[in-house]
Amino acid sequence: MADERRRWIYRYSAVLRGTHWVNVLCLAILVMSGLQIFNAHPALYWGEDSDVEQPILSIATSFTAEGRPIGVTRLFGMSFDTTGVLGRSRFNDRPVQRAFPAWSTIPSAQDLATGRVWHLFFAWIFTINGTLYLVYSIVTRHISSALLPRREQWKHIGSTVREHLLLTFRKGVDADYNIIQRVSYVVVILVLAPLMVLTGLTMSPAVDAAAPWLLDVFGGRQSARTLPLVTTWLLVLFVFVHVAMVLLSGVLNNIRSMITGWYSVAREAGHGQP
Amino acid sequence: MANRSRLCSRRRFVAASLAGTAGVVLGGCDWLPAAPTFREFLAGAEGVTQRVHRALLWRGALAREYRAEDISSTFRANGSQDASSLPPEYSELARGGFADWRLVVGGLVMRPTSFPLADLRALPARTQITRHDCVEGWSCIGGWTGPQLSAVLDRVGLRPEARFIVFHCADELPRYRDGATRFYESIDLIDAFHPQTILAHEMNGAPLPFAHGAPLRVRVERQLGYKMAKFLTRIEVVDHLDHIGRGNGGTWEDDGYEWYAGI
Repeated sequence: MADERRRWIYRYSAVLRGTHWVNVLCLAILVMSGLQIFNAHPALYWGEDSDVEQPILSIATSFTAEGRPIGVTRLFGMSFDTTGVLGRSRFNDRPVQRAFPAWSTIPSAQDLATGRVWHLFFAWIFTINGTLYLVYSIVTRHISSALLPRREQWKHIGSTVREHLLLTFRKGVDADYNIIQRVSYVVVILVLAPLMVLTGLTMSPAVDAAAPWLLDVFGGRQSARTLPLVTTWLLVLFVFVHVAMVLLSGVLNNIRSMITGWYSVAREAGHGQP
Repeated sequence: MANRSRLCSRRRFVAASLAGTAGVVLGGCDWLPAAPTFREFLAGAEGVTQRVHRALLWRGALAREYRAEDISSTFRANGSQDASSLPPEYSELARGGFADWRLVVGGLVMRPTSFPLADLRALPARTQITRHDCVEGWSCIGGWTGPQLSAVLDRVGLRPEARFIVFHCADELPRYRDGATRFYESIDLIDAFHPQTILAHEMNGAPLPFAHGAPLRVRVERQLGYKMAKFLTRIEVVDHLDHIGRGNGGTWEDDGYEWYAGI
């Protein structure tokens, strides 16, 4: 391992690594148990109450003219045949009527009570873990130094985006986050994650009584139930892109740094553009 | 078993792509959530939620009340909605306009009393237009009128050891057709004496419709819909809940739902 051309950087402290992996676990469980809870009433509305005539999104089993059952997803009045995944899928080798399929929910069987038990437990872990991360990152200036975009990075945003679209970015050159990483991490950490917690809290009639401003901020309880349609799927999209970039930009070095803290970079790390 | 392992690997794949290393924990098919001790451990979060709510949220905070024009055009109803899941004697009472119906209030009280509907209607009533949040996820807004539960409890007088208010209902769920187990729910004294906890005999200005629990249901506005028992027949004041039903404090709780349904 004594490669003269590389040096080691201690990139992530134990707190950053620990909170990252706890967060991975929480997000996966919260999304999958959240889909279980959604399945109990697979329709989304805007406003305070549920006008069953006018859902923004609904997933149901319907029947064709020949009487064949199909899964139908309706979004803003448009209908899509989603048989096999949404509205009708297979579970234990039998066709079942359910919004999200068994492989995407916790538990797999339709079971609102157990889905809630998982969701509410990991909602606490997610919130405590996230609070710990935020306090730590503010105190150690991790957010201001590593995450907030630097002014000169904005100037090179065009070439950074081009490098990423063409997959020609350089790997292991330095441990600094580029502008795309910084913007997406800030959006996820400071916008999407807090929105996830706050929309979840708005589901609580007890919290709504003590903090009715939550209802006003989100435009009603049903709106707050609908917003995760955007925020959750943005988070899932982020995870997929994030994992893809981890794989493409030196998978061993990346994963090692998030487990041990140590990241290897080229010794003559040229910061200037070629 | 072949099916089981395929399901397992598919779950693993999804979990792993979502969660990386968490896949091993998550993808354990369903053995983990099914293990009773592990589920019990996770369900411990309910106690944390309840304590934090009670500590941080002002106990007297009122649920938002809406304007008459906000009332939902259709108000969904879950559970029993017609006479088919009610015992014959209850249908008989309904045919008589509930003239012979009584709300029996007993247990750990000074003066056990049975109230005819007319007596409850004669009590000072509170009208509130509130949002009903079902555990399934939907919400409907409706107007409810009836005496505060505290007024009824003050009439019968609680004994010092009283801790919980149990609502016994007329409806039998299909799976309990033995008749031995009827719907029941319970709340603690904090919610029982909350100003918005009322025994509603009217909905949107008319006598309580059958689907919504005629002639009397309870409204507990800071909890989910399943706490708001319909078709009330008896209120029992107790010091613990172990001896009622399967001992979890309510029909839904006996099916695995939280007793504290504040979220």
